[in-house]
Amino acid sequence: MAEVSSERQARPRPLSPHLQIYRPQINMVMSIWHRMTGAALYFGAVLLAWWLLAAATGPDYFAFVNGLFGTWIGMVVLVGFSWALIHHALGGIRHFIWDTASSMDIASVNFLSWATIIFSVLLTAALWLYIASDRGWIAAWQ
Amino acid sequence: MITPLKRVRGLGSAHEGASHFLAQRITAVANLILAPFAVGLIAALAGADLATVKATLANPAVAIALLVLIISMTVHMRLGMQIIIEDYVHGEGMKVLLLLANTLFTLLIATVAIFAVLKLSFGG
Repeated sequence: MAEVSSERQARPRPLSPHLQIYRPQINMVMSIWHRMTGAALYFGAVLLAWWLLAAATGPDYFAFVNGLFGTWIGMVVLVGFSWALIHHALGGIRHFIWDTASSMDIASVNFLSWATIIFSVLLTAALWLYIASDRGWIAAWQ
Repeated sequence: MITPLKRVRGLGSAHEGASHFLAQRITAVANLILAPFAVGLIAALAGADLATVKATLANPAVAIALLVLIISMTVHMRLGMQIIIEDYVHGEGMKVLLLLANTLFTLLIATVAIFAVLKLSFGG
């Protein structure tokens, strides 16, 4: 019996193909990004809690933290944070549609997946254009 | 033999039925409604002085909306990260440790954020 079991272990068991075997497809990429943006937002929530805590701590510390968010590194992080949030939200809407068992044919799946990335970029750009014009950054830059 | 009735009573292999799935979607609906509000609020308040922030959060509707979002968001975070840990971490000890860390981290985020919103709203 021992021989049989060791022989069985020596023979490699069949595995289902791993991610790197497949040609990347848009629905698969958007599925991975949905999880990655979710994980990024998980840790990004620290920034939100930090900002709120800074405001609750006092004017000096609030000004200090606001100053950090206002640096170019801070702005890049905030743009990334907002894109991840918008992308994850749109991915969530896509999953709500699929939860109703509709739009599950290949054409609709591909359309919804492309729509997720395209609209996440467009909405993020629109948000920051609004912020930039609201702050007068665009007028100052011209 | 496992009949469909027994399957339902046993609530599947995790013994919790669809509660995780449903909780993730219920919090997702709340987040979809409240997160755009919070993004707009933060965009409006970014760079504002503390007096303006306090005056804005003194409005009960604003504070309550933020509090509901904080609770819904952190519950959603905990559920999502739980799935990621269960998918990728196979060592039993490390898995239990990370699931514990997940619960404590999201609890800490929620507590800090709720405390800050309440303090700002009450004008402290």
